[in-house]
Amino acid sequence: MTLSIHDVKQIANLAYIKVSDDEAKSTLAQLSDIFKLIETMQAIDTAQIEPMSHAQDVVQRLRDDQVTESNQRELYQSIAPQVEEGLYLVPKVIE
Amino acid sequence: MFNDSLKQLSKRLADRKISSVELTTEFLERIKQLNPQYNAFITVDEEKALAQACSADQKIATGDTHPLTGIPVAQKDIFCAKGWLTTCGSKILSNFVSPYDAGVIERFNAVGAVNIGKTNMDEFAMGSSNETSFYGPVRNPWDVAAVPGGSSGGSACAVAARMAPVATGTDTGGSIRQPAALCGISGIKPTYGTVSRYGMIAFASSLDQGGPMAKSAEDLALMLNVMTGFDARDSTSLQRETEDYTRDLEKPLSGLRIGLPKEYFAEGMSSDVEKAVMQALEEYRKLGAQTLEVSLPNSPLSIPVYYVLAPAEASSNLSRYDGVRYGYRSKSYQDLGDMYRKSRAEGFGAEVKRRILIGTYVLSHGYYDAYYIKAQKVRRLIAQDFKDVFTQCDVIMGPTAPTVAFDLGEKSSDPVQMYLSDIYTSAASLAGLPGMSIPIGFGEKERPVGLHIIGNYFAEARMLNAAHQYQRVTDWHRKMPDL
Amino acid sequence: MQWEIVIGLEVHAQLSTQSKIFSGASIAYGAMPNTQACNIDLALPGVLPVLNRGAVERAIKFGLAVDAKINSPSIFARKNYFYPDLPKGYQISQYELPIVEGGSIRIQVGESEKTIRLTRAHLEEDAGKSLHEDFHGMSGIDLNRAGTPLLEIVSEPDLRGSAEAVAYAKTLHALVRWIGICDGNMQEGSFRCDANVSVRPLGIEKFGTRCEIKNLNSFRFLEKAIEFEAERQIDILEEGGTIRQETRLFDANKGETRTMRSKEDANDYRYFPDPDLLPVEIEPDLIAQLKAALPELPQARHERYMSDYDLSVYDASVLTGSREMADYFEATVKQFPAQAKLCANWIMGEISARLNKADIEITACPVAPEKLAALLARIHDGTISGKAAKTVFDSMWQGDLDQNVDAIIETKGLKQISDDSAIEELVDEVLAENAQQVADYRNGKEKAFNSLVGQVMKATKGKANPAQVNAMLKKKLESR
Repeated sequence: MTLSIHDVKQIANLAYIKVSDDEAKSTLAQLSDIFKLIETMQAIDTAQIEPMSHAQDVVQRLRDDQVTESNQRELYQSIAPQVEEGLYLVPKVIE
Repeated sequence: MFNDSLKQLSKRLADRKISSVELTTEFLERIKQLNPQYNAFITVDEEKALAQACSADQKIATGDTHPLTGIPVAQKDIFCAKGWLTTCGSKILSNFVSPYDAGVIERFNAVGAVNIGKTNMDEFAMGSSNETSFYGPVRNPWDVAAVPGGSSGGSACAVAARMAPVATGTDTGGSIRQPAALCGISGIKPTYGTVSRYGMIAFASSLDQGGPMAKSAEDLALMLNVMTGFDARDSTSLQRETEDYTRDLEKPLSGLRIGLPKEYFAEGMSSDVEKAVMQALEEYRKLGAQTLEVSLPNSPLSIPVYYVLAPAEASSNLSRYDGVRYGYRSKSYQDLGDMYRKSRAEGFGAEVKRRILIGTYVLSHGYYDAYYIKAQKVRRLIAQDFKDVFTQCDVIMGPTAPTVAFDLGEKSSDPVQMYLSDIYTSAASLAGLPGMSIPIGFGEKERPVGLHIIGNYFAEARMLNAAHQYQRVTDWHRKMPDL
Repeated sequence: MQWEIVIGLEVHAQLSTQSKIFSGASIAYGAMPNTQACNIDLALPGVLPVLNRGAVERAIKFGLAVDAKINSPSIFARKNYFYPDLPKGYQISQYELPIVEGGSIRIQVGESEKTIRLTRAHLEEDAGKSLHEDFHGMSGIDLNRAGTPLLEIVSEPDLRGSAEAVAYAKTLHALVRWIGICDGNMQEGSFRCDANVSVRPLGIEKFGTRCEIKNLNSFRFLEKAIEFEAERQIDILEEGGTIRQETRLFDANKGETRTMRSKEDANDYRYFPDPDLLPVEIEPDLIAQLKAALPELPQARHERYMSDYDLSVYDASVLTGSREMADYFEATVKQFPAQAKLCANWIMGEISARLNKADIEITACPVAPEKLAALLARIHDGTISGKAAKTVFDSMWQGDLDQNVDAIIETKGLKQISDDSAIEELVDEVLAENAQQVADYRNGKEKAFNSLVGQVMKATKGKANPAQVNAMLKKKLESR
């Protein structure tokens, strides 16, 4: 697998991280090295193996349907970048 | 006093030889004196710490005590603590004062422990040298030219430099064990699911696990007694009976079967590390244990697998940092998308961005099966290897890290070299197994070497027993740097 | 060329739990902004999701009601995209192994029935809301809705035309309310539809390129949007153009759809199993328990009304339009089993009209089923006429005289004159006074008969039994 500058920019775009051309170039070199390392796992035959998503083989516990939280807006919004009338403000959302 | 064990400190407090306020003040003074050079703490709040110490003293006065009551604990800055700046080593959280407590913090508060400060760490726990922190690198107390390891480098340094008697850490691929080894202290990452992840800022959810860092195995056992336990707010928290991790400390080691994976003793390990490990194993044989060669054939793939899975989970876990509800927001932007992209570009450091990009890529359309699913399959093979090996032995031992602490800047421009620091630790993380590191001597440049002990699921008491018996007959864990 | 319209619907039904799907915050509608957004809903660093049993049980109930497969294990996955109303930067949803798979729903279009297959129904969390009123050129974000449990119900492309799509949506709407998993309040967004619309030449098997129309929150908009969209596609194809696969929005004011984003701009959602949530396993015991607690389903009642009460397909489907209406009907007909059709007519007619006018639900109907049955009994036994019954019903609606039917009839003097001799006397009088009309009738002017009936009724102030008057008049006119 070979990555291109275009790939790096596309991934950065998907990850919502602004990258300059220079950054993309140096990132490309590093990612290429890392993927060389990652590729070594391709040599293993895993045809009959189930993917392992969790470290423990346990099942999901269910929570009782109860309201346990109360209004803490003031506390939570005390650390917000910009709020008004109880709303979080962001640059205009265009639908 | 700075070299006292938890047991000794606890006894002094109980006997009213010293108050928690006095003890806390002593450690605060030491932090004041040493931290400017070592940078182990991001936040120290004397007022808060002393207030906690004061209530601990009241608690002690009523006789309502626990081994950790009144003891200063350094908390890795990955644990949310109400009213405390909680940065995770990142600019993007550089203004985040947590409005709530992590499960682990609640547990320490409940027994009256004192939060002495929040320790420095690699940004979002991504790193093996503590150089990725927005708050600057941490220095190794044994040699200021060396890194302390990472990501729990601040906690390792704080304990090694005796700025705190004990500390918390988190381990995703080796982040407790590797810095413990590099700083000459003890640290344990328990079985995945035993320490609550609620309020522990996520890096890679299926791998992250909190654990203690301390001078000795005995201290680790006392810390685990506080830190472990079911938490209904974490779906991956395991419902188990309460364990006393000190229960087996004094058991003799005769008959203990120690597996030595041949893959860990192959090329890659430096000779000074090898020498120290061999000496430690000799000590174990003297204690009555037997060693045998075992094989973990898929273990060498743990780094490639880890560097697919951990970044994949991280890329998604870190999407919440967008400058909308909390945290850093870029000062200038043109529109919504620009605000997101700039806040994230400016708020995250280079290593974090690199891993987000790796993770985004391996999850993206057309690559998911080839990378993500493939890595999950190899993960199962790696876990299966351990299952097989634990039918032959009780614990696995080997080096914690391939070399002693490297110099600051030595590997920071070469991510792949840095990633290989976790070559021995990441397999246990992928399998969800408990792993620990204890100091076993010094290698090149008089820098510490750690012995890695991996146990079967829930075998922490057995591992601590093995470590404690070794520490009864050696004094590496009592060595402290000349500061 | 004749075209066939092909539609598949994706319906988001908000589940009627108390708390959110992954947090303990309330989902009550209409709270002040961000007062029901807890640390988990706000995606603060370090928080984790724990699954709500109530949401899981409601999803299973739905699966059982449509005779689907309940998957165990079922897996939650993250759908990754950035949007200010999506605090985590991903939505927890299901991708592979949704909780409900397959199943079907029978719909009624006019007098014909059709089975619509379901693809799946999966659990997911709702997003918050972006408010666009101007905050100095910025938008406001309210995260109260973030984390509200949704069941996304996806149909196969089995629907042909807007009428079927609306019938399906209405049937589904009635069903989720019937089994008590969703309040169905469309104004509050508890039941929202996305429609996948394509067209193909009639008789061709291959599907055309489809467009997805988002967020249709009323049946009328659903119908209008599909009709507009199908016509748009047909126009393009007839002019030799091709359809672009895209997501479109329905503009209710203009009654048209417009491009929201094309397939090329579609996000790469990077679905992967959520590492914070474990596989959900559903015990057979729980399924059995939920199955036993399920009410008799609308389809079963529909069939029973037709077979037991001899009602028409139309009557049966109107009465099973909601569980409340069906329950009201059953309570009424229980008091008066022989006259099911009369009960049905009154409920679908007078009662429904009154409820509509007063804008209240049938559960709040001031006239209880027993009272209605008592009234209908008086119509049936001839004590009052149908017309008088409406007057009595008015009084009952107002709550007069403890809604005692007989007392109201008595007080208002609405009792029919059913005494044959009394009616005969009156008929004779009217015939004597209206010789001209009698002559007209005998000369074949049918209208004259009605006028004579009217005269008799007028003379009795409407109290005579019209059937008796009719019979008596006929008899007299024929005999002379």
